[in-house]
This record gives sequence, structure tokens and C-alpha cells, in this order.
Amino acid sequence: MLEVEGLRSRYGRIEVLHGVDLKVSQGEIVTVVGANGAGKTTLLRCLSGVQPVSGGRISFQGQPLTGVPAWKRPARGLTQSPEGRQIFGNLTVEENLRLGAWNFKDERVGKDMEDAFQMFPILREKRNLAAGGLSGGQQQMLAMARALMGRPACLLLDEPSMGLAPIIVQQIFDVVESLRGRGVTVLLVEQNAFGALRIADRGYVMENGRIAMQGAAAELIADPRIREAYLGI
Amino acid sequence: MSELLQFLFSGVTVGAVYALVALGFTIIYNASDVVNFAQGEFVMLGGMITWFAHQAGIPLPVAAFLAISITAAIGVAMNKLAIEPARGAPIVSLIIITIGASIFLQGAAQLVFDKQIHDFPAFSGDAPIRVGGATILPQSLWVIGGALAVFVGLWIFFTRTLLGRAVLATSNNRLAAQLVGINTNFVMTLSFALSAGIGALAGVLATPITLTAYNVGIAFALKGFAGAMLGGMGNPKGALVGGFLIGLIEALTAGYLSSQYKDAAAFVVILLVLFVRPQGLFGRKSTDRV
Repeated sequence: MLEVEGLRSRYGRIEVLHGVDLKVSQGEIVTVVGANGAGKTTLLRCLSGVQPVSGGRISFQGQPLTGVPAWKRPARGLTQSPEGRQIFGNLTVEENLRLGAWNFKDERVGKDMEDAFQMFPILREKRNLAAGGLSGGQQQMLAMARALMGRPACLLLDEPSMGLAPIIVQQIFDVVESLRGRGVTVLLVEQNAFGALRIADRGYVMENGRIAMQGAAAELIADPRIREAYLGI
Repeated sequence: MSELLQFLFSGVTVGAVYALVALGFTIIYNASDVVNFAQGEFVMLGGMITWFAHQAGIPLPVAAFLAISITAAIGVAMNKLAIEPARGAPIVSLIIITIGASIFLQGAAQLVFDKQIHDFPAFSGDAPIRVGGATILPQSLWVIGGALAVFVGLWIFFTRTLLGRAVLATSNNRLAAQLVGINTNFVMTLSFALSAGIGALAGVLATPITLTAYNVGIAFALKGFAGAMLGGMGNPKGALVGGFLIGLIEALTAGYLSSQYKDAAAFVVILLVLFVRPQGLFGRKSTDRV
């Protein structure tokens, strides 16, 4: 579904992705784990088209994404819940969700919003409040729900567990896992390697802008090098 | 008593013009957080282009329509040529760019048109309407009506339409707006077209009363800015109320103190607002949690 070959990207003169290869198949949950600064977020920014690509290619559902502006990508089925949530703080929770479905005007928008409220009941309670006043965990739920309102075939999730209490992290990961049943393919970027690998089918380990290791999630969790470097066991 | 009423009438008239300018500020500010100091030049262009087209033999309504369309196009060009290339620059730099654009438009108007003061006929004649011992010009009613109509239109746009919310979303978080599929460049183009068009409408409505010349823009921009600040930057309701209040304060200052202090009134208001209530009358304090 999503194929990345030899992807390079730079901030000014400094190259941060040195040729990344990655593949996500229909219905999979794939995770990219790695330390802070490894290039995980840059990778997702390239996939969404908000970061210039200096080499390599990205194709999605068989079509190249090169030259497709960021704002056209959600309509192709690729949405992102970005790092740091990036919710619209001055708009209400409901308005945030409605804007997530910006490309759609049919009745399914209301149904999808109902689904989102079922997934995260706290959002229903706060639907008419300014999103900027939500707690960090609630903002993360809103960011994910907003990305799902865009009816993605593939959802890009950047650090959904960052800065959240363990109980909320568990709830977020449960929801990500449940997306499998909804037919949404997920590319999950995480520093919380253990949590991410536990729900993923396959995983990639990123180090200094390169893929250092890849394999089935269960194998990666069992790998002694990973356990030492990322899982702290 | 009739004296006070007369001052109020003239205050409301000029206040309606300031309200229109302030509403113009609101749109661009909502889309980009930029205070567009060229907003006053749009008012000038609306008046000058209408005058120019009308004296060339074009009927007044057509001339007015032309002026609004051309000014909207100039607003779009300003965004494409001056603002968009500087995307990513700090807001202060962008605001300085708008001051530069303002000076450029003023100079261009001086070259293309001339340095004289101009006007064109009022829409519904010049016979003053008597109300309670004071008089009001029919054109004043046009200006007031225009300000109210634009306010209602914008209020509906920002609170009832998805596109209006997309404008707010773009200013709040451009990255997130792109990630949900909003074409943020189009939002900016639309905002500049709307703002410039509203500014030009103010010029068209006000010129039969206030007259126009290549250099009237700055005063409109500063007074409209004072109105927008007083009401709360970015809030259409604030822009409307703030604009009318500045007009009233100005007219009462001119009437009861001295017309020499008239122009100072707006600046005293800006200072007071900044000291006492920086978010304005209707503005909300920003309350983002991180």
C-alpha cells in the first residue's frame, strides 16, 4: 500500500534521512521505533508532503506521491495525526472533528463523528469546548479522531504516547490496535518501542536517518540488541 | 441636545467607515495573524478607482463594482508577490512588509491617478434628513448599512460555514490545516481578496462624504486598527463595535474639546487598550494548554 525507496530529506544543508526504505501492506500495523532525533518525524512529514524530499520515491496505493501537495494527500487516503497533536486550539472539539472531514460533505460525516465519540467518550462530553483547553491526553485523542475523520486508508501516527500518563497511553494503544478491525492500515512512529512493538505486526528500527533493523514485531521484541538499546531490559 | 445628536450622527457615520476597515483587518488577521497595514490603501483605491472610472463616463454602480473587483485583485497580487514569498518569516517582518506595500500602493496611486482631491455624487442625493433637530446625510445611511451588512456576512461566514472555520484553522495551525486537506494558499488568497474588497467597498461608500485622494489610506488604516484593537483583534463583533466607538469618540472630541485633538483620540484609545485590556473588549485571552 505504501512504499518508500531510498528516501532522502534535509533541513537546509544537513541531511537527516539518508535513504530510507520501508513498506507497509494493506491492513498492517507497522511501527518505526528509534531514539529522539533518529528521523522518524521527518519521515512522516515527508510522507504527508509537508517536508521537502531531496531524493528517492514514495508511492501510495500504486501511485507516486512526488509533486502531490500536502493538502491533496488526505483525499488520496493518507492522513496524519502529527507529533505534538497540533489541534486547532481556538476551535471547539466538534469543529476540529468536522475539519478532519474537510474533503467530505455527505451524511457519513455525522456517522464518523459518532464513531469518534464512541472511541473516545470524553470528546463527546467536551464537544462544545475550545480544544485548546483539553488536557494533553484528550488533545491526543482529538488529534487521532480528527485524522480518522478524513477516512484514511492509511493513518500516520506520530508519537501518540508522548508525555502521557501510562493509563492513557494504554488506552491510546488499545485504540490503535482496534483500527486493524476497521480496515485502517497504520504506520506508527514511537519512542515507546515496547508499547508500539507489542501491538504492531512488523517494525523498523531507525538510527541516525537510516533503517538499522527490521522484522516481525515479535522477533524485534525478543532481539537482545533491541532489548538492550530500546526496551531497557 | 440637538448639538449632541449631531455629533453622534457624524460619529456613527465615520465610525461605520472605521468599522469596515477594522472588519477588513479581521479577515487577514484570522487567516494569518498578520495585521495588514495596507488595509487603508484598499479604501483609498476603492474611492480613487471609482472616481476615475466614473469621470471617464462609466455609470457609478458599474464603476463601484469595477473598483471593488480591481482592488480585490490587487489584494490577491499583494499576497502572492509580497506575503507568500516571505512565508515562514516572523509575523513582525510580515507586518513590516504590509507597511511597505502600503507605501508602494500610495505611490502608485499618485502616479496612475493624480495628487488632487476627488469625489463622486452621493448615491441617494444630498438632501439632509432631519431627525430631532439634527441632520444626517442619506449617504451616511449607506455607509452604516454597508458596515452592518458586511458584519452580518462575515459573522455568518466565520461561525456558520466550514470554509470560514477553515480560515480560522489555517491561522491557528497551518501545518494541521494542511494535514486535514485544507489548501492553505487558497485560504490566504481568499482572505486577501475579501479584505481588499471590503476595504474598497468602504472607500466607495465613504468618498461622497469624506472625499478621497492618493494619501487618505494611512489615516483610515490607523483608525481602523484602533477600532480593531479596541474591539479585540480577530473578532468581527469587536471590529464593528470598536470601529463605531472610535468614530464616536473622535466626533465627540472634535465637538466638545477641539477638532485639533480629533486625530489624537484614536491613538489615546490604542494606548489605553494596550495598558488596560490588551485583548480588547471582545477578545479572548489565549488559553492553549500544552
